Amino acid sequence: MDVFLGLFTGVVQEGFVYGIMALGIYVTYQVLNFPDLSVEGTFPLGSCVAGVMIAAGLNPWLACLAAFVCGAAAGGITGLLHVKLHITDLLSGILVMTALWSVNLAVTSGSAVMPFYNQPTVYTTGPAALIPDSQNSLRAVVVSFVFCLIVKVLLDLYLKTKSGLLLRAAGNNPRYVVSLGKDPGNMKILGLMLGNGLAALSGCILCQREESADIYSGTGMIVLGLAAVIVGINIFNGLKFLRSTTAVVLGAVLYRGVLVAALQMGLPTNYMKLLMAALLTVVLVAYQTMPAGRRKKHVS
Amino acid sequence: MSAEQKNQTGGSLLELRHIDKTFNSGSVSELSLFKDFNLSVARGRFVCIIGSNGSGKTTLLNLLCGGETPDAGQILLGGRDITKEPEHVRSRRIGRVFQNPAFGTCPQLTILENLSLADRKGKSYGLSRGVSGKKLDEYRSKLELLKLGLENHLDLPVANLSGGQRQALALLICTMTPIDLLILDEHTAALDPSSSENVMELTRSFVQEKHLTALMVTHNLRFALAYGDRLLMMHRGKTVLDVCDGEKEALHVRDLTERFNEISIEDGNDV
Ligand SMILES: Nc1ncnc2c1ncn2[C@@H]1O[C@H](COP(=O)(O)OP(=O)(O)OP(=O)(O)O)[C@@H](O)[C@H]1O
Ligand SMILES: [Mg+2]
Repeated sequence: MDVFLGLFTGVVQEGFVYGIMALGIYVTYQVLNFPDLSVEGTFPLGSCVAGVMIAAGLNPWLACLAAFVCGAAAGGITGLLHVKLHITDLLSGILVMTALWSVNLAVTSGSAVMPFYNQPTVYTTGPAALIPDSQNSLRAVVVSFVFCLIVKVLLDLYLKTKSGLLLRAAGNNPRYVVSLGKDPGNMKILGLMLGNGLAALSGCILCQREESADIYSGTGMIVLGLAAVIVGINIFNGLKFLRSTTAVVLGAVLYRGVLVAALQMGLPTNYMKLLMAALLTVVLVAYQTMPAGRRKKHVS
Repeated sequence: MSAEQKNQTGGSLLELRHIDKTFNSGSVSELSLFKDFNLSVARGRFVCIIGSNGSGKTTLLNLLCGGETPDAGQILLGGRDITKEPEHVRSRRIGRVFQNPAFGTCPQLTILENLSLADRKGKSYGLSRGVSGKKLDEYRSKLELLKLGLENHLDLPVANLSGGQRQALALLICTMTPIDLLILDEHTAALDPSSSENVMELTRSFVQEKHLTALMVTHNLRFALAYGDRLLMMHRGKTVLDVCDGEKEALHVRDLTERFNEISIEDGNDV
């Protein structure tokens, strides 16, 4: 029973942290209609920035801010490549993702793994210190949940501002944004900055739980994020009272849960990414959202 | 022999000077559409533009709005050269309704959200609340003008509206803030007859009340005669008929179809 509880808290804790990244993908993929691959680079970028800063004894909360800013900068580059240099959306993401591999290595001074054991993290300092060390895993769940909740609420609020409405319009009907006298390209750049900032923040928080940054941690993040968005929106949005953003976070937790369950049932870890891809394939086929859903999302 | 020059009193609001436009220049499919094209429209004019498919009506509007750039020539709006201005900058002074009802609004957002966005046209879109409660009554009374009952469905996503409702809304949206020029490209073409009539009547009343200058492309010859005070017929990038006021009122649909046939015969088609 204890084993099960441990697994459950692990899934929920990681699900919430990945949920932050999924919210970023929600912004780029669902709101902006932009299949952004740079997330595979910005997620570990957040980890590496956090790793270096925390290992150097800097404040872990400051590291979160720095990770967000770095991710946003990288996302901004994806946007500039696409909007100003007219490179296709997919290629812009691939270029930035590839370039970030070297950037991440440069950040960690060449090491693929960057441990910072026993340094203060967001899981042990600040408000988190209110929960005693003995309640370690509960504390991790609470911290992750609160982080995710804050991001979700802020995102909800943003999407209701004038700028947020314009961002949604830019994804839904760029022509309309033009007719309002604004450049939809700038909104795209802004959305990519937001989305990748969140991905980096997610990477930053996740590595603090593991007390080690890993430059490989980005692999599969697109698949995970997309699965969360598509599963979340399709399964949970049927419940009218749930916002899309909530649905996306629940999607991330659910997807994570299925993966962990498969590992528990004896799937070798090496097959994890295969399973992730297979699961997303099933999801895509089941909902057939790829062509239609990307182009139009009707609110009924 | 432009009719406008004969009747012109005030300065012209819109002027196209010596416009050249060639598509796919240098390839086998090269198409030289406009060659030294000139047009001037006085402030307050409501110009209807007719012409066969491919005669360059939409391209003309795209050149005005900035979707296409001319190879040579100048475009002036209110005396200012806008030839090099990007499309989104020009649209601060130009309102446009497209043939496709999906283009003029944001389907995913509600009617209220669409109106709130349009209300900010030309200003900044910051972090203040997207929709403000203070403006609700103003929006409702504006929607009442459309006589479609939309004022009771402010929170309905525009995706749920019919084509006619969307075009009416698009018309309202693009005339909400002060504009110099209203551009209508077959904006009733996708609508059934009664919605078309309704949208045309709305167009007339908006143009009149706000003293707008308008360019309307239509394939409906009856509309072209019933509305506006100047009529242009285009053919292969040239103006082949340009009449206004009394001369326009004297025209009948029969005259226009005859003119179409003449052109067609000139082109070597037996009609
Ligand atoms: N972007 C483009 N590239 C190449 N050719 C174009 C382009 N836009 C328009 N054309 C060509 O220019 C000509 C005029 O097209 P335009 O759309 O302006 O005609 P139109 O008068 O609006 O016709 P319709 O009544 O069918 O709407 C057509 O022959 C068209 O094929
Ligand atoms: Mg046309």
